[in-house]
Amino acid sequence: MADQVLNAEGLNCPLPILRAKKAIKGMSAGEVLEVRSTDPGSVADFAAFCKQTGNDLLSSTSEGDIYKFEIKVS
Amino acid sequence: MLDTQDIENAKSMSIIVTKGSLDWAYPPFILGTTAAAMDVDVTMFFTFYGLPLLKKDLNLKFTPLGNAAMEMPMMGGHMAMPNIVGMLPGVGAAAGTMMKNLIKKKGVASIEELREAAVESDVKMIGCQMTLDLFEYKAEDMIDEMEIGGAATYMEKALKSDVNLFI
Repeated sequence: MADQVLNAEGLNCPLPILRAKKAIKGMSAGEVLEVRSTDPGSVADFAAFCKQTGNDLLSSTSEGDIYKFEIKVS
Repeated sequence: MLDTQDIENAKSMSIIVTKGSLDWAYPPFILGTTAAAMDVDVTMFFTFYGLPLLKKDLNLKFTPLGNAAMEMPMMGGHMAMPNIVGMLPGVGAAAGTMMKNLIKKKGVASIEELREAAVESDVKMIGCQMTLDLFEYKAEDMIDEMEIGGAATYMEKALKSDVNLFI
């Protein structure tokens, strides 16, 4: 289960990424952040964000209009 | 938690910000804040019409004038605005209000919000000294985080940066 959940629903680029970064800053290595977003662009953006920052994108899934990302903080 | 390898791999970006209208304020602030969130060291250099984006009180304006590619979503379609309509009194202000409503409705950040994010993520924001002099802006009317510099200050950063943008 995620240690923290970030609801970024209704927010547009780049807010989901900025909010996620802020949340990650307050977390410890090994903890998992779950982000929920409605921005279709966030699928590619979270992949790029995690690749660049070295955080581990455990999963990237969608349920209806909601995109869900699980990020393990490095 | 940076180790030596992280510092060697650290990326940097500079952006010259030359436009300060509501629409043109977005690209530099979106890229600047996102890059900072991706651990990039970001410097933004505000010059000419970009400098007012560092004023404490932002009151950003928008005009459809001279913007032939601008199409506003309207009743399921899109509407462009001929220059002659955009010139009518009140039309620019109305278009600005429409744009701000659209921004809010679509969950797009305000420029105030993005600038705050830039401050929080240590984006270096340099105000152009020559522009301050030229247009008689006072440093005390600008945000406290503004540093003052000139072309050489910018160049020193740009020469060391991986990405340099002019917007």
